[in-house]
Amino acid sequence: MAEPFLSIQHVRKSYGTNTVVQDFSLDVEPGEFVSFLGPSGCGKTTVLRMVAGFEEPSAGKIVVAGKDITRLKPNQRNVGMVFQAYALFPNLTVAQNIGFGLKVAGMAKAAIDARVAEMLDIIKLPQMADRYPYQLSGGQQQRIALARAIAPKPKLLLLDEPLSALDAKVRVSLREEIRSIQKKLGITTIFVTHDQEEALSISDRIAVMYGGKAEQVGTPFEIYNRPATKFVANFVGTLNVLEGKVTDAASGKVQVNTQEVSLKGKLNGSKSGDTLSLALRPEAISLARQPGHDTSLSGEIAEVHFLGSVIRVRVGIGGNTVSLDTFNNSTTPPPVVGDKADISFSSGDMLVLH
Amino acid sequence: MKSGKFWAWVVFGIGTAYFFIPLLATFEFSLRMRRGVHSFDAYQVVLGDPRFQATFLYSVIAAIFTIILGVLIVVPAAYWIRLRLPQLRPIVEFITLLPLVIPAIVIVFGYIRMYGSNSPLPFLASDLGASALLVIGYATLALPYMYRAVDTGLRTIDVRTLTEAAQILGAGWSTIIARVILPNVLIAVLSGAFLTFAIVIGEFTMASLLNRPAFGPYLQNIGANRAYEPAALAIIAFAITWGCMSLIQILSRFAPKSANRPN
Repeated sequence: MAEPFLSIQHVRKSYGTNTVVQDFSLDVEPGEFVSFLGPSGCGKTTVLRMVAGFEEPSAGKIVVAGKDITRLKPNQRNVGMVFQAYALFPNLTVAQNIGFGLKVAGMAKAAIDARVAEMLDIIKLPQMADRYPYQLSGGQQQRIALARAIAPKPKLLLLDEPLSALDAKVRVSLREEIRSIQKKLGITTIFVTHDQEEALSISDRIAVMYGGKAEQVGTPFEIYNRPATKFVANFVGTLNVLEGKVTDAASGKVQVNTQEVSLKGKLNGSKSGDTLSLALRPEAISLARQPGHDTSLSGEIAEVHFLGSVIRVRVGIGGNTVSLDTFNNSTTPPPVVGDKADISFSSGDMLVLH
Repeated sequence: MKSGKFWAWVVFGIGTAYFFIPLLATFEFSLRMRRGVHSFDAYQVVLGDPRFQATFLYSVIAAIFTIILGVLIVVPAAYWIRLRLPQLRPIVEFITLLPLVIPAIVIVFGYIRMYGSNSPLPFLASDLGASALLVIGYATLALPYMYRAVDTGLRTIDVRTLTEAAQILGAGWSTIIARVILPNVLIAVLSGAFLTFAIVIGEFTMASLLNRPAFGPYLQNIGANRAYEPAALAIIAFAITWGCMSLIQILSRFAPKSANRPN
């Protein structure tokens, strides 16, 4: 197996008695785009700052391209970083901001000018060279910050929630632009975010973090469809959780309210009488039986929200409530609250949470 | 609304009168040197006095060195406290306030005892040494104003993120201070510099007790022995102050705009 480009090995970070990152390990391949996803305080930014050199690990090692950089100062690491608050130098023009790292490196003026022009073309803002940061919008400032970070051709690009301060529309367009530039340059990138949609849409792999640990590392498809822990399942996407009781462990029978579902091969050693948390994504559930769905449960329509193209329905099944979305159809009126309804799904889509 | 505006003008008028009537009276008095007519004789006498030129030049040079010393001490110190040692801020603020509490005469007597010709650091054994000691003393006197001005300037920028952004781009500490931090707090530094200049130009106690040929002792000497010249000197001092303020206003136009607007 090829050697990873970035290897974070058993890294721990403590402030006094408070451990914010515990035994975090991750290997990143060259050119890979990996997102650290998690709620506030999960340690994702701390890991990123340790890679950047702003924080020193209490234990563990960080290796980039075979070189141990754990104790190197940030200005010796050849790493590019984009900050949440843009962090453009207010006293410098856009061109001077982008050329800052090149000037510090002692590059000749002509070469700096050429590289700055190239960067401005990449971020599609060639006319902004002489503007000051205060004359730009948030999205433009963040594009400049990205250009500034990649201008010195860093080995590694770190993005610390770069889209958080932007409005929704700009966020979507900029994240696509970031991904496209990253692919074009082939630069290994770590992206920190608390926004699951962002992480799912642009990452090669996602490390979902919680309590200073990586709960699961995998592709967006794996993370979404095969969450390894209850936290990942709850944090990524919307999830319906049903409480069930194993009635016959051998044949995989589980009772949900008074109804029975079959989960053969999924009970992972659970015994008859055990209670389980069963999870279903809303998109795996249909109102009424659909082809390919082998399981159905009866309930009552509890809530109906008309959202235009989509109708969000909540169905009560005993003490559980299941949320599902159906597409709006102009010839079929939405369900009515209080009506009896059957929901169906494939038992293969049901997850048993641990 | 109209009534509010009227009273605002009244207050403004009273304030203006409070500041300008004594100034106009001083100016008018300074013109009375020649009996029976108004003339600029007092100004001619003052400006033609070689001691005025020498002492003023001495104080201007002392002020420039004091500003340089103050900037070199205060900017890195205030920056470091904001970046890495915020817990020390109350202590440093207290220390910088001490020159307002401890009279200059106490400081200068301390200097004379500490740096006399028999001490291991005999600053007072030579003219240059005594002048250097005077500049150091002035930097101490200006500390409350310079520190506050710079600290206020640092508060307007995101010191930590800008520092980290510069660091990750390969910059060392001297580059960060000279090319990122200082330009962004230039207006604050200029305000501190202006206050320092004003303090140094008029300072009497230290210069007198260290026996330096500064403008403050000259002002005192003229004031004690002449009638009209001190009034002329007061007006000249005001003109210098206003000149400095205008200079800062002009310079501030070239200063960077630090507004980080949200999108």
